[in-house]
Amino acid sequence: MDSLKKIYCNCRRATFLIEKKQIDSIRFNEHLELSFHLVCCPACRTYQKQSHLINRSLRELITGNIPNEPVLDEQFKEELQQKIIKQLDSE
Amino acid sequence: MHSRKSSGFTSTHLIDPHKWVARYADYLYNYALKRIKNEELAKDLVQETLLAALERMDKFEARSSEMTWLTAILKNKISDVYRKKLAASPDVINISELDPFFSQQDGHWIVKHRPVEFEMEPEEPERQPEFMEILQKCMTKLPNLWFAVFTMKHMDEKTTGTICHELSITPANFWVIMHRAKLNLRACLQKNMN
Repeated sequence: MDSLKKIYCNCRRATFLIEKKQIDSIRFNEHLELSFHLVCCPACRTYQKQSHLINRSLRELITGNIPNEPVLDEQFKEELQQKIIKQLDSE
Repeated sequence: MHSRKSSGFTSTHLIDPHKWVARYADYLYNYALKRIKNEELAKDLVQETLLAALERMDKFEARSSEMTWLTAILKNKISDVYRKKLAASPDVINISELDPFFSQQDGHWIVKHRPVEFEMEPEEPERQPEFMEILQKCMTKLPNLWFAVFTMKHMDEKTTGTICHELSITPANFWVIMHRAKLNLRACLQKNMN
């Protein structure tokens, strides 16, 4: 019984499975293990909720329109343009 | 040094390097900057990408667009940066030993690291910009390798196999890194939002 409790109440393992599940699939027994853990562990339920939020937000950060997107300065662009022309001419 | 273009001439007719800077430089810069939090390095990568592309114009295939092709070259350069960072950071190897979040005995959360609800509601529209700003700041605090893997996975949606291959890490290490990166990122958010 003690060893069973150890397995089901391990938050390190539960959070690991939460991460793995979001990226790959987890096995059926891992799924059961996680569900069981989440029922009795409010801290890991909070973790799961926030972990999902973080992934959603990161995707948004990449795909969304960021106001004031940084642009290259004109001098850098001009110099790069000259380098390209020089290299084209040398071919 | 420069390869002659004679044989590839027919396949380069859709390429116009004179317009690359005007058309793609800002796009490539943003692409790099999102993945590498360093403006100078991102600029260097844009330059390296365009100059490298010039050298291999004969490899350009007309069925892909210029932008896709240039982005692919930039992606490879970014992976190179990640690989170099990886080679320079021994923090990877000992990753499983340092574990401040959980008790060594039973794997429970250590009390001060236990997740609690964020005090502000991050998905409320008026709070969201603030949340995104904190998230970005916390991302930059992740150690090199964690940042690289996390970025490749969540921004580029690469497969686990591809990432392991590109960075020369084992799948077991990959999972440890993803787990640890998220634990750190979440802890940073909690610290800065409550």
